[in-house]
Amino acid sequence: MSETQRTREFITGNEATARGAIAGGCRYFFGYPITPQNKIPEYMSAHLPEVGGVFLQAESEVAAINMVYGASAAGARVMTTSSSPGISLMQEGLSYMIGSELPCVLVNMVRGGPGLGNIGPAQSDYWLATRGCGHGDGQCITLTPNSVQELHDFTARAFEIADRYRNPTMVLADAILANMMEPCDVLPPTEMPPADRPYAVGPHGQERERNIVNSLWVDFDEMEEVNLRIQERYRQAAEEITDWEEYGSDEPEVLVCAYGISSRVCESAVDEAGKAGVQARLVRPKTVFPFPSEPIAKWAEQAKCAVVVEASMGQFVEDVRLAVEGRCPVELVGHAGGNIPAVSEVVARILEMTS
Amino acid sequence: MTTDMKQVYAYPDALTEVEMRYCPGCTHGTAHRLVAEVIDELGIKDRTVTLATVGCSVYAYEYFDTDAVQCSHGRAPAVATGIKRVQPDTIVFAYQGDGDLASIGMAEIVHAAARGENFTVIFLNNAVYGMTQGQMAPTTLLGQKTTTSPRGRTAPEAGFPIRVCELLDTLDGPAFLAREALSTPPHVRNAKRAIKRAFETQVAGLGFSLVELLSTCPTWWGMTPLEAIKHVDEQMTKCYPIAVFRDRLAAQEGEQSAESAPGEGE
Repeated sequence: MSETQRTREFITGNEATARGAIAGGCRYFFGYPITPQNKIPEYMSAHLPEVGGVFLQAESEVAAINMVYGASAAGARVMTTSSSPGISLMQEGLSYMIGSELPCVLVNMVRGGPGLGNIGPAQSDYWLATRGCGHGDGQCITLTPNSVQELHDFTARAFEIADRYRNPTMVLADAILANMMEPCDVLPPTEMPPADRPYAVGPHGQERERNIVNSLWVDFDEMEEVNLRIQERYRQAAEEITDWEEYGSDEPEVLVCAYGISSRVCESAVDEAGKAGVQARLVRPKTVFPFPSEPIAKWAEQAKCAVVVEASMGQFVEDVRLAVEGRCPVELVGHAGGNIPAVSEVVARILEMTS
Repeated sequence: MTTDMKQVYAYPDALTEVEMRYCPGCTHGTAHRLVAEVIDELGIKDRTVTLATVGCSVYAYEYFDTDAVQCSHGRAPAVATGIKRVQPDTIVFAYQGDGDLASIGMAEIVHAAARGENFTVIFLNNAVYGMTQGQMAPTTLLGQKTTTSPRGRTAPEAGFPIRVCELLDTLDGPAFLAREALSTPPHVRNAKRAIKRAFETQVAGLGFSLVELLSTCPTWWGMTPLEAIKHVDEQMTKCYPIAVFRDRLAAQEGEQSAESAPGEGE
């Protein structure tokens, strides 16, 4: 990626995502329409052919993720994007990709649920990303941007991460980030890097043994071996790419934890609480699988309490509790169904917890 | 006396020597051999990708000596689409059974066919779910007993058998559609001809090709292998007539020969 050639533009999160993908070397896109992320496939259908890529609208999300599976098996940098109900439909395909140790990038612009829900912003697919991704032991490596700029940059980087760990990598955002406009330093399109996938299928002459992309291992020990290999890559990822940002006081009474759009709310809440005389520190994960437990544990040691803020009913809070390990009480400020927590109620909870 | 003998029959290069797990009298083995012979004859082994699906042929990737991708139940046409969009010159064939293709995978096969995706489907129709022990399939004949239609399939309970070739023949996308039977030697020879035609259609870049092969399942039909072959010829072909439904390669060849022939009025 060419950092020096960025151009500053005022664009939506959806457009920033699409252009981040092309900058990350993505040349193949398979997807199915669903609000609030339709501007991504629309952008890809218009612009992928300009860079020698292929856009195809699939007949369903089930087909889309399986097209992604095929393209990835053939060695391509490939992506799909969707929103909550569509990601539900992709779970089986993701499990096959994890089991077959294939990379891909997917973006989930989370909307209100459960069921058909609505098209408002939500963070209620946290478990779908960090616990789900279909049956079996396996997750998506999950990146959590909180701005249009980060949507762009994280999507671009996700392709390299997916390739490095041979695992589906998800950019987990929401309906607000998808549709709001912000200034963004946009990367130029980059070439898809030459395929470095010795395991990919395709023409080979006599140059190598045949390649088989497969997740069927009837022998228990062989199947466990695959699992151990996958877990070893997750351990490596935890060492190498765990990422977070901190904001606020160095001597906090309150630890605040939030990711994505909720973390934007919490920056303001930390400022407001400070004005009201309560020092707080925000830890904002930029990756949630792997999860930044260390900074959370560190600040929990000295804070009186932790306030966790999420646009869901208590999913992210569980990972925070696991990181805090009882060092201090953990309180949830959660909303659902398209509502996101307001600055005023986060501040109120911070003050209440310290009074 | 000459010792200069020509080899006319040998083990296909495109088949591995792994022992197949099919039941005695099952025609999967015949289908595998025919596909392998065609791959050898066309000289495409090193650029072919086999798509194994879910069902008795789940291990197809062990039997065909090509690159391979194992696909989830019913999704091989979507996986094939992904591979071909990245590698248009790679020869891709999906080996699907009737449960995989005509039940859980109906959306994927219809849309891949409608798009005219340039790959080949070998569709084994034995009117039963074999691997899961003999349940009713979308192609199970009316009256046929299975482990989930123990009194025989009836239309009021379970609807009617699906004719895949006829269904796909309503679409503009397919370039080659044929149904053959893996029963008696003449039928087997015709089946091979159809399989070769399907692969040639893909090599020529004409689009989607599918060969439906009426196949036996003595185990779950409760028949001897010979009774099963007779059942294919006498019962299955009544519901599923043998036919070449579409052959755009022939149409193209026809045009070419018409062009090269000295025509009237030129």
